[in-house]
Amino acid sequence: MKKEEELIEEKLKKNIFLTTVDAAYNWGRKSSVWPVSFGLACCAIEMISAAAARYDFSRFGMEIMRASPRQADLMIVAGTVTQKMAPAVLRIYNQIPEPKYVLAMGACATGGGPFPSYAVLQGIDEILPVDVYVPGCPPRPEALIHGFMKLHDEIMEQSIKTVSWYQKDQAQ
Amino acid sequence: MTNEEILANLKGKYPDAVVDVPELIDFTVVVKPETLLDVAVFLRDECGLDYVADVTAVDRPEWFEMVYHLYSIKDQTPEPFVLKVYLEDKQNPVLASVTPLWLGADFQECEVYDLMGITFEGHPDLKRILLWDGFPGHPLRKDFENKTYTFKQLETTRPKHSAS
Repeated sequence: MKKEEELIEEKLKKNIFLTTVDAAYNWGRKSSVWPVSFGLACCAIEMISAAAARYDFSRFGMEIMRASPRQADLMIVAGTVTQKMAPAVLRIYNQIPEPKYVLAMGACATGGGPFPSYAVLQGIDEILPVDVYVPGCPPRPEALIHGFMKLHDEIMEQSIKTVSWYQKDQAQ
Repeated sequence: MTNEEILANLKGKYPDAVVDVPELIDFTVVVKPETLLDVAVFLRDECGLDYVADVTAVDRPEWFEMVYHLYSIKDQTPEPFVLKVYLEDKQNPVLASVTPLWLGADFQECEVYDLMGITFEGHPDLKRILLWDGFPGHPLRKDFENKTYTFKQLETTRPKHSAS
């Protein structure tokens, strides 16, 4: 017959799990990053392929490509950003509520790609804060998913004590 | 009606309109700019050329060249009848629009206006179709310098409230 104290200790071991708020909170956030559903050029085809059955990024809780930026967390800039499209891309970004992340997919979104031209913005990082760059022309779905893993790492490293969007006096 | 017959009819109707018939791969006829509308009406109504497949422009050292590729859907012409116009005034190129005659020329004339800077009189809605109003220059011109711009450099040229 075990003592009462031993019994309680056993129960505690089976039912109580210690962690930090950041780890639990960030794990929840990184496991449901919803991207905005939009693509600009041929990279979008690879992005669609990454979302479809074979590569299937719903494995990471990303299955819902939101049609409205107001319901999304992540913006995958998939393709060439022309000077004419740039204000619209900026506008979509501005409509995403915090916390928000930007993934520059492919050579064009990263730095203009093969278009050093009057018509093409030379890299989306000129107007948006980019979190992950995925090189390639276009990147394969595996590369895009690797980019997601890097984004997950970044999310896991954040802390609600320091991120701007969780502070009381955050800038509007 | 073959292209040669069309040319003969055209010369019979407007003897002064035809400037040149250069030996090119496609059957090409160059007419005077001021006779373009008369010639176009004649080609469409009398010669059966009821379809304009292509409207484009070329920047030559001495002139702008407007090019119209005309076909007949009715007669199933296998070869295009290429109508050309030379615009000698390179500073202010203006030409009559053929959109009232062939509706298919609408967007293509807008494109020429946008990228080559040729104005078409009589076009129902002439506007820049690829770039926005205020973009500096016309990119298909030979003297256009192809350089990259930052977002900020073009910001003042963009329509207001394009980003919020």
